[in-house]
Amino acid sequence: MIKAVPKPLEEVLELVKDFTKVLIAGCDGCVTVCEAGGLKEAKVLASALRLYFTQAGKQAQVDETSLTRQCEKEYLAQLSDKMDTYDAVVSLACGVGVQYLAEMYNNKIVYPGVDTCFMGVNEERGVYSERCQACGRCILAETGGVCPIARCSKRMLNGPCGGSDQGKCEISKDVPCGWELIYERLKTLGQLDRFEKPVDPKDWTTSRDGGPRKIVREDLRI
Amino acid sequence: MSVTTPSKLQKMIDSGNLAVTSEVGPPRSADGAIIEHKGNLIKDHVDAINVTDNQTSVCRVCSLACCIRLKLMGLEACLQMVTRDRNRIALQSDILGAASFGINNILCLTGDHQYFGDHAKCANVFDLDSIQLIQTVRMMRDEGRLLGGFEFEVRPQMYIGAAANPFAGPNVAMRVSRLAKKVAAGVQFIQTQCIYNLDKFKEFMKIMVDRGLHEKVAILAGITPMKNVGMAKYMQKRVPGLEVPDEIVRRIGGVPKEKQAEEGINLAVEQIQELKEVEGVRGFHIMAIEWEEKVPEIVERVGLYPRPQLA
Repeated sequence: MIKAVPKPLEEVLELVKDFTKVLIAGCDGCVTVCEAGGLKEAKVLASALRLYFTQAGKQAQVDETSLTRQCEKEYLAQLSDKMDTYDAVVSLACGVGVQYLAEMYNNKIVYPGVDTCFMGVNEERGVYSERCQACGRCILAETGGVCPIARCSKRMLNGPCGGSDQGKCEISKDVPCGWELIYERLKTLGQLDRFEKPVDPKDWTTSRDGGPRKIVREDLRI
Repeated sequence: MSVTTPSKLQKMIDSGNLAVTSEVGPPRSADGAIIEHKGNLIKDHVDAINVTDNQTSVCRVCSLACCIRLKLMGLEACLQMVTRDRNRIALQSDILGAASFGINNILCLTGDHQYFGDHAKCANVFDLDSIQLIQTVRMMRDEGRLLGGFEFEVRPQMYIGAAANPFAGPNVAMRVSRLAKKVAAGVQFIQTQCIYNLDKFKEFMKIMVDRGLHEKVAILAGITPMKNVGMAKYMQKRVPGLEVPDEIVRRIGGVPKEKQAEEGINLAVEQIQELKEVEGVRGFHIMAIEWEEKVPEIVERVGLYPRPQLA
């Protein structure tokens, strides 16, 4: 799932301090799972903003809500009745949701309330780590199910580099060397023969290098 | 190793003589005279001079410009190229540019992560990795073709090199495997990471020899003299993938401060003497970091001077 972290309160305050009617819009999707932008976090942020306005001696209305998903129009449309009553919206969805909300309510100020980080897993509560960079052409079948693009700091297709040290990446002792993981997994699977075959340069057109991406599935269109 | 290029380094290696290479680090300013000076310090004692490419991700004068300068001085340059900062368009463009000046040696590297350097906030590229860069140079040279498919007439005559680090993880056998992959990609010579753990290096070379890889690629053993005990400790603790045994730190630290540099040179000389006897070692790559003036002394003391003059 998409992983995000809440923006620092001071940063959000700076964005909304001059408004008097603010909506905090959470999302029940990915950001709820990583506890960055669900209804619970929307309530916490709204309370903090109300407290700030009260202490500042300013009359302001801060409401909170949460939508099933902010990446779908049907759910965003649920805000249409009350949108006009707010000066600004702080969306706690990922960057996708923030943009789709802004796209739908074109004349409304929409601010992000979280920093969207990556696609990753829940290692444990509060610990998330990246697994996929959505390059658009999956090579996991070749690499023992461990992605070198997401998990090697140099996205090498023929790793590991000379900086791997005791299973760790040269950038940090807290980062496992992706290629040592690949090597070990290939060994476990009895597929080490793959390791000595050079992998050709990758076609990055399906990644961000090809420009903004779009999928059109004719088989699914009505 | 089959393809012959006009490289003088290749000629030296193929002649069966032990080759000697060294490297110069470009300045962090537009002062071109520094490279000229450093080149002149070592030119009579080495067969080729590597120019590092923004090493440790610190921005410096580009390797290509420095190699051209050395070439114009009549010296044999080896263009180090990392894939961190340039995509395949820029890499191939620089290879063509180097070849257009008659530069015939290239060292294909992935490069340190920018995290180490003076621009930690930059974007990196890594469109290719070192092995794919080897493949690319080989394709340009042997097939006269760019990665995009364009075919051209005047081909870059590059003797293709790369690095190897026997001391990085997870084990020596895998490090030989990775080198085998570079050989499969078309590498012809290797300059290794600085060697301080000679036993481990010998273990690496034994596997190389057992697999017959030493006949497919020329190994130049990497030697870096220690200036003082501070440097020894720094390299032991801070440089990823480098192995400095405690006894080395103790030895350098065991002499008075004013004698430590001399002890570092003595150690480098002893290492070379010992490594000369290791099967598969075809020469030495002496990386005297900001200490280029010591290279002649080392080469002379190990009996590799004067350099053989090949026709």
